[in-house]
Amino acid sequence: MSDYGNYGGSSMEAKKQQVMDQVRSELALANAQELINKINEKCFAKCVPKPGSSLDSSEQACLSKCMDRYMEAWNIVSRTYINRVQRESQNMGGAGGF
Amino acid sequence: MSNPNFDEAAQRELSKFLEAEQAKARLQQSIHTFCDLAFDKCVTKIGNKLDRSEEACLANTVDRFLDTSLFIVRRLEETKGSM
Repeated sequence: MSDYGNYGGSSMEAKKQQVMDQVRSELALANAQELINKINEKCFAKCVPKPGSSLDSSEQACLSKCMDRYMEAWNIVSRTYINRVQRESQNMGGAGGF
Repeated sequence: MSNPNFDEAAQRELSKFLEAEQAKARLQQSIHTFCDLAFDKCVTKIGNKLDRSEEACLANTVDRFLDTSLFIVRRLEETKGSM
């Protein structure tokens, strides 16, 4: 993650922004790692049913496609879930519950 | 989060910010769990794109899973109520 260095002074506001940026970066990184681990697990299962002594070209092609399919699936799931949470929280007058 | 670098107002702001980010992180963790589940159920063969039935299946999996969760809670409350 890029280090913006000194924000131009050690003012409290600058330090506060730095903390917030750091938290955002760390959470974004954790999210990316989770996604990558899932893709690795799912696509290995689907594309490499009989592990050989190397990944052949058809396995590699499958893995590429699988990565794309998984990310498309993630976007669909994400949209569906967030829409549902918003709907439920409106129905319950702001409570939600998932 | 008492920190000599931040005054009370800043600490409160950071507190709220952290709460919001943690809530977002919990949402994203749920999305990962649902996507794991839904991908297994709905995408059996890896193709060049997701077809319409796979897309519908993915969305349905999320909604039905959440319906299941609500159902279970309601049923447990009914059972408790009759005790």
